[in-house]
Amino acid sequence: MTKSIMIVGVGGQGTLLTSRILGGVMENAGYKVKVSEVHGMAQRGGSVVTFVRYGDTVAEPIVEEGQADVLIAFERLEAMRYAHFLKADGVLIVNDWRIDPIGVVTGAMKYPEHIIEDLEQQYQVYRVDAMHEALKLGNSRVFNNIVLGLAARHMDFTREEWLKVIAEKVPPKTVEINTKAFLAGYEQ
Amino acid sequence: MSETGKNTQMMLGNAAIARGAWEAGVKVVSSYPGTPSTEISEEVVKYDEVYAEWAPNEKVASEVAIGAAISGVRAMTCMKMVGLNVASDPLYSISYAGVNGGLVFVVADDPGLYSSQNEQDTRRVARAAVVPCIEPSDSQEAKEFVRLAYEVSEQFDRPVIYRTTTRLAHSQCDVELCDRVEPEDRPYERNIQKNVMMPAMAQKRHIVVEQKMNELAEWANDCPLNRVEPGTMVLNGKKIGFITGGIPYQYVKEACPDAAVLKLGMCNPLPRRLIEDFAKTVDELYIFEELEPVIEEQVRAWGIPCIGKDRFTIQGEYSANMLREKVLGQDLHLKAAAQVPPRPPILCPGCPHRATFSVISKLRLHAAGDIGCYTLGALAPLNAVDTTICMGSSISSLHGMEKAKGHDYVKNWVAVIGDSTFMHTGINSLINMFYNQSHATVVILDNRTTGMTGHQDHPATGKTLKGEIVPAVNFPQLIRGIGIENVQEVDAFDVEKLTKVLKEETQKDELSVIIAVAPCALLKGQTHPYKVEPVPEKCVKCGACLRIGCPALTKAEDGSIMIDRTMCNGCGLCMSQCRFSALERVKA
Repeated sequence: MTKSIMIVGVGGQGTLLTSRILGGVMENAGYKVKVSEVHGMAQRGGSVVTFVRYGDTVAEPIVEEGQADVLIAFERLEAMRYAHFLKADGVLIVNDWRIDPIGVVTGAMKYPEHIIEDLEQQYQVYRVDAMHEALKLGNSRVFNNIVLGLAARHMDFTREEWLKVIAEKVPPKTVEINTKAFLAGYEQ
Repeated sequence: MSETGKNTQMMLGNAAIARGAWEAGVKVVSSYPGTPSTEISEEVVKYDEVYAEWAPNEKVASEVAIGAAISGVRAMTCMKMVGLNVASDPLYSISYAGVNGGLVFVVADDPGLYSSQNEQDTRRVARAAVVPCIEPSDSQEAKEFVRLAYEVSEQFDRPVIYRTTTRLAHSQCDVELCDRVEPEDRPYERNIQKNVMMPAMAQKRHIVVEQKMNELAEWANDCPLNRVEPGTMVLNGKKIGFITGGIPYQYVKEACPDAAVLKLGMCNPLPRRLIEDFAKTVDELYIFEELEPVIEEQVRAWGIPCIGKDRFTIQGEYSANMLREKVLGQDLHLKAAAQVPPRPPILCPGCPHRATFSVISKLRLHAAGDIGCYTLGALAPLNAVDTTICMGSSISSLHGMEKAKGHDYVKNWVAVIGDSTFMHTGINSLINMFYNQSHATVVILDNRTTGMTGHQDHPATGKTLKGEIVPAVNFPQLIRGIGIENVQEVDAFDVEKLTKVLKEETQKDELSVIIAVAPCALLKGQTHPYKVEPVPEKCVKCGACLRIGCPALTKAEDGSIMIDRTMCNGCGLCMSQCRFSALERVKA
């Protein structure tokens, strides 16, 4: 058994931290794990992808088209860009949030409408309005743990396994709010 | 501790290389940052037993490592592949001189061009410079092979190129940790026949170099870096086998786990006997290597039939799907990607380069560009940068334009270069401008850091890789020291003053340097205590504020402006573009 998770978003949204939390949970559970990240140029507001693979054996560190069991998208357009990486029975977790790429900002292109509704026609989609939920908790930056909480419901690890790793990986001062954020998504 | 009682840790390929250097007893590391190699130096400096530094460029870094190796300790230099071009002068000559303490050049290639200006293959350079090339295929090997690289270096008197790729450098897996074994320093003895490369000595050394490489090629047939993994996979009645290495090896194991594999951990020199013997055990031999056909050309030259670049591309990264389609002949029924607006990287909200480019763009100046975040100034809507070739080239290429077209021609041009890039090689180009009587204008975009690679210090930041506070190179003093008198510093966000200064300096009949200073918006303490908000009743929907390309600003359906508070850093540049006071600062 080898499972493949993808996290996609916009550079600066924290896909790296989320991939490392995922990797930590799977490693603690005794699996072989590989995580692949993109650094550098692509982090400057560009489209960002990270991969997490775990199982009894893992060879390649990337997730290829048609191979993802779970796709976690921090933004709608990025969900649409990478949805075809999902397996036929794969699960798509999407943060219902819009960030305009520069072509849309300048008016040269249009941001597609009804993205989530269209994706629901083809995939098993779970959506969360994580940014507003995070603002309610008092810090927009914890939105990614809300999304992760919802995604965790579709993976085979316990609540406690997740919370343990979150406490290890987020900055010490933010453990409490990140825990709340994760639970908000988990219990949605 | 894992179940087996071994001490293991998840590590990035780059962190594993740093660990490997520490375990191998390396004492000196000198590097220049470059994605995807940067984290190696940032990780290795955390080990107290290793001296590690940022040098101004890769040539200097290599020479520091060379000096350390000549003195008798193990030394390392790390860079991206285009950095090796800068360091190729020392590389080609140290190849002749050989080493005393072991010497490793870690060079990171970037198949797929995640953050580079070309897709060159360092294995070609290793062949050209006649140095061994070692290549790991995951983090565990990345650590382990460093020790072997030093053994090869010292046993065969060769500097070694340690080649990685983006995917290896930035992937994590479990690594088994070992202790540091510090070999005794080798004694230094004066030996001008070996260490002074004058023609008479170099002629003799060339013979030694070839001899050592032949010995190494023989050793490679049975060395721990290369291994055969027997397989049983038969396709259309033919037993198939792969010669591969690095990350492509993982794709072979993913798509064809039962195939016979010759995995090469050292791709220069190649083990002829091992390859010939392996080829005899299969009916169809595939060479699966990203980028150039380096292994394939040699295998073909030995008269061994194989399938390589006739089947697999020379561009970009490989994948397991590529093997499923092109070797196994599977139809994967992949869904087509949705047609969506692209999302290229952009300058961050609050980036001082955006302020400078907004002025250059408004004055309709052309900019000869350079390597850094500010290369993004080439894209719409700023459209400020015209050219980008390599580190330092903005200044020298603008000089070439002036000499070609006369000095009135460059009154419509500036060179733009970052502070770190100016320290790297820009300074040489500026000396050339001064010496050869240029009249052009150079703008140093001084954001007080090496931005694109993730905020590394350099000689003008006043801080070392280890975090020590040191005297900083002073740009105005340095430039005046060359003899250039026309130097001024301007706050990059003072759009009015920058406009005036740029207008004046580009029209002058003398060489000018403008230093546009403001710290990178991502540096600590650079978030302003306010946000900008639109004032809808004053907005005439002209869209002037959108022309700076700030991602925090968007236009609503009715043409009014919206500002994303989670993104806005409060820099206020958009306010300076608005003639109707329709944007205002509020407390964050």
